[in-house]
Amino acid sequence: MNKQDYKVLAEMDYELGQVEKGYTNRTLYVNLSNNSIASKPVTQEMKDIFIGGKGFGLWLLWHGVTPETKWNDPENEIVISSGPVGGITQYPGSGKSLVVSLSPTTHSVMDSNVGGHFGPLLKFAGWDAIEVQGKAEKDVIVYVDGMKGRVSIIEASEELEANTHILGKKMLEMFAESESEKRGISSVSAGTGAEHTLIGCLNFSFYDVRRQNVRIKQAGRGGIGTVFRDKKIKALVVKYLGVKGDSNHPADRERITKVGTKMHKEIHDYDHIQCKMRQGGTTYLVGIMNDYDLLPTHNFKYGLHPEAEKIAGEVWRKRFTQGIPEGCWYGCTLACSHAVDGYTVRTGPYKGQVVSVDGPEYETIAGCGSNCGIFDPDAVLEINFYCDTYGIDTISFGTLTAFVMECYEAGILNKEITGGLELNFGNAEAAIELLHQMGRGEGFGAIAGQGIRRMKQIFAEEYGADPAFLQDIGMEAKGLEYSEYVSKESLAQQGGYGLASKGPQHDEAWLIFMDMVNNQIPTFEDKAEALHYFPMWRTWFGLNGFCKLPWNDISPPDNAQTDEPAKVPEHVQNYVELFVGVTGREDVKSGEDLIRMSESVYNFQRVFNLKMGFGTREHDAIPYRSMGPVTMEEYESRAERYDKQLKELVGFDPEGKTTEEKKAALRKYREDQYEKLIDAVYERRGWTENGIPTLGTLKRLRIDFPEIVKVVKQHL
Amino acid sequence: MKILAVKPELCTRCGICEKVCSQTFYKEENPEKSAIRIGERSPETGHYVITVCGQLGACIDVCPVKALSRNKKGVVIRNKKLCVGCYACVGFCPILTMFIHSNLTEPFKCVACGKCADECPEGVLSIIEVPDLALSETEKWAIKVKEVAA
Repeated sequence: MNKQDYKVLAEMDYELGQVEKGYTNRTLYVNLSNNSIASKPVTQEMKDIFIGGKGFGLWLLWHGVTPETKWNDPENEIVISSGPVGGITQYPGSGKSLVVSLSPTTHSVMDSNVGGHFGPLLKFAGWDAIEVQGKAEKDVIVYVDGMKGRVSIIEASEELEANTHILGKKMLEMFAESESEKRGISSVSAGTGAEHTLIGCLNFSFYDVRRQNVRIKQAGRGGIGTVFRDKKIKALVVKYLGVKGDSNHPADRERITKVGTKMHKEIHDYDHIQCKMRQGGTTYLVGIMNDYDLLPTHNFKYGLHPEAEKIAGEVWRKRFTQGIPEGCWYGCTLACSHAVDGYTVRTGPYKGQVVSVDGPEYETIAGCGSNCGIFDPDAVLEINFYCDTYGIDTISFGTLTAFVMECYEAGILNKEITGGLELNFGNAEAAIELLHQMGRGEGFGAIAGQGIRRMKQIFAEEYGADPAFLQDIGMEAKGLEYSEYVSKESLAQQGGYGLASKGPQHDEAWLIFMDMVNNQIPTFEDKAEALHYFPMWRTWFGLNGFCKLPWNDISPPDNAQTDEPAKVPEHVQNYVELFVGVTGREDVKSGEDLIRMSESVYNFQRVFNLKMGFGTREHDAIPYRSMGPVTMEEYESRAERYDKQLKELVGFDPEGKTTEEKKAALRKYREDQYEKLIDAVYERRGWTENGIPTLGTLKRLRIDFPEIVKVVKQHL
Repeated sequence: MKILAVKPELCTRCGICEKVCSQTFYKEENPEKSAIRIGERSPETGHYVITVCGQLGACIDVCPVKALSRNKKGVVIRNKKLCVGCYACVGFCPILTMFIHSNLTEPFKCVACGKCADECPEGVLSIIEVPDLALSETEKWAIKVKEVAA
C-alpha cells in the first residue's frame, strides 16, 4: 500500500500470535465513530457454550446493542466469524464465515453464512472474529494486515467505486505488494444497491489463481450489506500469506486427514453419478424442483413451468467453465462455486464490459428466473451480475420482484406508479431496469428495494390495495423475503420457514422430500422432531465454519441402507471427528453432542429476538401463499389434488361446491394444521405455547445468565 | 515425457525400492514414506501390485493453488511453497498414487528421479520416455490468461 495516497485515521499494532486448536482466543473490535481499535479476549465460557461463528457473533452483538437499538444506529454492529474448524484445508466446505447484525428489514438479529477466504484468513491473521461498531463520517476501509500485525482504519478515496466487481480488484492493487500476494488477500464489500435499498448483501472475495481474478461469494440475507454501507464501510480487507495444512493448529491432525481424504475420494467416486456439483453446482436442483412441483413460479403461485428446462442444470453445466477446482475455500472438492466466463454485460453502467459472473446458483435462478416468469439464461446472468456488483441479495430481489409483478398483473400497480416499467411476469428487461433503479436509488426501484413488508404497507396506504390480499401473496415472514421453494404441500417445510429464527430461509430446515415425497414424518410429533433435529444440526455448521453442502449433497453409497438416511449418519460422524480433531474436546463423542451445542446458541438467538421486541408466536406466522392456494386460478390449476385432500383429509365433500367454497375449506384446514404443528414444535423445543424458552430449557442449555433470564421472564 | 515404468512379473517384493525412495526424500528407511508401494500379489495376475505415479496429471486440475504442474521433462511436481495440504489430489488420483503420512502436512508422489530403478536388483523398474499427454485444463487456462493479457 502506498501510504501517502491514503489517509490513515487510526492504527493498532498487535502481536501475531498463533492459532491454538482452532482458536486465536481474541476478537477484534473496531469502532468507526471514534476510530478506536481494540482486542477483546475470548473466554473459556464463550468457547464452551457459543463455540464460534454465529455463536460468537450473537454473543458479541448482544452486548453491543440494547432493545432500543435500530439497524442504522451507530450501536448496531456487523460481526464476522468463521469458527474453530473454519480454515482447515483437508475437508470439503470448511471455510465459511457467519455474519451477524441487526437487520434493516426484520429489525431483529440477522445471520447470514458465506464462503470466500475472509473468515479463515482473519483467523490466521490473529482474530476469531471482527466486530465493527459505530459509523464513519466518510467512507473507510478497515485493513487487517496479518503479516505485520497491524489493523488500520483508512479513509477511502471518494473516487473509489463501491461496486464490488470494480472495488474487489482495486483492493488487490492497493494491498497486494506483488502478484504472489494476491492469493493472500480477501475483501468484504457491497455496492451502490446496498446503499439505496434495504436488501444489501456482502460480497466475500477470494483470489482465483487460474483466472487471475477476484471471485466472490455472498452473505445475502437480511440486508447486512445495507448496514455495511450505512456505516460508510467501503471494504474490510485482510491479508495473510502462507496458509498450510496445519495453520489451524488442530489437536489431532491425523484424525482430520483421515476423514478428509476419505471424503475427497467419496466425492471423486460418486459426485458425477449423484448431484454433479462439480460440474454444475446447485443448479441441478432446478430440474428436480420442477419435477416435484416445488420450483417457485410466478410469485410462488405454481411449482413448475413448461419452460423450466431452459434454465435447468444442463444449460448451466454448458455455460460454466469446466475443469477448474471451483472451491470457495481450499480443499473443497465439491467445488460448487462455478462461474460463467466471458459474459458481455448488455445493460446499465457496465454495458459492454466482458466479465466473469459468479454463479448463478439455484436460488438465483429460481428467484430471478422462474419466480419472475423469466426463462432466459442470459437475463438471469445479467441480474446475477448486477445484484452482486451492486451488493443486492438475489433471493430478496427475486422474491420481491415476483411480488411486484403479481401486484402489477393484479392491477394494484400500473405504469404510472412504476414510472413506465411494465412489470408483467416474464418481462426481463423491466426487471433489470428495476435493479438498475435500485443501484441508483431512483424511481420505483427505490420503493421496491425496501422489501416486501414495507411495500405491502405502501401499496395499501398509498395505492388503496387490499391489505389482506397483500398479506396473502407477499412472500415474507418476519420482514425477510422467502427463499426459493414452494412449501404448499409440505406442512413440515411451512414450519421450517415460519419458525426459522431470522426469517424464511431454508438453511434451518429443508424437509420437503422427507415430508411430502417420502412421507417419513407423518405425525405432528414426527414433524416436530424433524423441526427440532434439523434446525439444530444445520445451526451447528454455522458455529464451526462449515458449509452444509458436503453433508448431504453427496452421500456414501450405502447411505440408503442406514437407519436414518436423511441424517447421513456417516457424515455426521465425520463432523464429530473434525470437531474433536481440531478442538481436542474429547467429551464430544456423537452427533447428539453436536446438537446440544446448537441448542444453546439456537435458544439464545430466540431470546435475542425477544430482547429486540420479536420472537413470540405471532412472529412465526407465515403468508397463506406458502401454505396453500390464495387465488382461484391457483386452486383450479391443481383442483384434483386439492379436491382429493378435502375429501380424504378434511372430510369436506367437494362435489357441487364452488371453487371459492372449496378454497375456503382448504384454507381453514391448512391454517389449523399449521397452528397444531407450531404447538408440537414448541413443546419439543422446550418452549411455552407462546414460543418462549422456559427457564428449565435455559438452565439445561447452560444459558441461564441473569441478563438472558431477565429478558425471558418478561414473557413468562 | 519421463515416467517410471514397471514390470511386475519380475518383482520379488524385496522392498529395496521403498527404502531407497524414503531415504532419498525423507532421510529414513520407511516404506510408509515411499512414493512407490509394493502390495500383495494380484489374484488375477499372481504378480505383486506396484503402485506408483504414471504422471497422468489428473491431480494438476484439482489443486486449488496451482501447486502441481509439469516440469520440462513432463514429470508432475509439487511446489512445496504453494501447497496448502488439502489432499484434494490424494482423493482424486485415479490410481491412488499421491500419498500421505501422519508426520507430514503435505502429500508426496513419485517424481521419476530413477533412484529406485538404479537400485532394483531384478530390473523391475526403469525410467522411460513416453509421448506427452494432452495439456491439462490448468495449462490451457494459463495460456489463455497470457493471451488475454497480451
